[in-house]
Amino acid sequence: MIYLYAAYAATWTIHITYLAWVLLRYRRLRREIYELRKAVR
Amino acid sequence: MKRAFPVFGLLTLVLLSFALYEALIGAPTERTMGEVQRIFYYHVSSAWTAFLLFLTNFIASVVYLAKKNSKADAVAAVTAEVGVLFCSVVLVTGPLWARPVWGIWWTWDMRLTLTLVLWLIYVSYLVLRRFSTSSQTAVIAAALSIFGAVDVPLVYFSIWYFRTQHPSPVIGRGGSLDARMWHVLLINWAAFLCFAFLICWSRYRLERLRRDVEETQALEALLEPRGVR
Repeated sequence: MIYLYAAYAATWTIHITYLAWVLLRYRRLRREIYELRKAVR
Repeated sequence: MKRAFPVFGLLTLVLLSFALYEALIGAPTERTMGEVQRIFYYHVSSAWTAFLLFLTNFIASVVYLAKKNSKADAVAAVTAEVGVLFCSVVLVTGPLWARPVWGIWWTWDMRLTLTLVLWLIYVSYLVLRRFSTSSQTAVIAAALSIFGAVDVPLVYFSIWYFRTQHPSPVIGRGGSLDARMWHVLLINWAAFLCFAFLICWSRYRLERLRRDVEETQALEALLEPRGVR
């Protein structure tokens, strides 16, 4: 049973880590857009 | 369009929860392997999803090479990234199934080795896209993805044409998968496909936004020293 739960937990750990990384990139990009808008003004 | 994303996201979450319930509780227990066989539902679904993403990457790369369409290039970049994500799940869940069933984590047989090679090809594709500063990066990446795509049918058909330790096909030709297990597998695959589509959707929007920002930054850098602003 431990291998079964480990496989399911590993799957969701991989997916959630990736989603968190995407979210982080999105935030960084939003900050860059904000800086860019400030520079253009 | 703005409302479609959260609605689809919610539906995917419901489907993923139902698929998880079916895989862990609903599906019948396999006679020889027991409970550990349930890894199959995530392992196979992830593999099929990865194959489909790599196929999309291949089509988008060919379109990019033919038409130099930047949207096709963005689709190629996104599908390769999400494909690597699902292929990573395959490479992690596989050994977790193999350890209790075969008694070993890994063996260098054809199916396993080719899957690892597939993963490495697409990881190198992503590394190339991330760190190359050449103006021809997209073209080189598209060419590399065509080589990567050749490995997909090799991985898929390896259990038919080579003697491998990997279980023989239970689906398709000569398959003997129980009808209820088939049903659970298809639910899990559908859930993973929706999830992959959702990730690709948001990742595509992010990719387009990133390219727009980079273009604006480059334009601004060009204009600034001359005092055009």
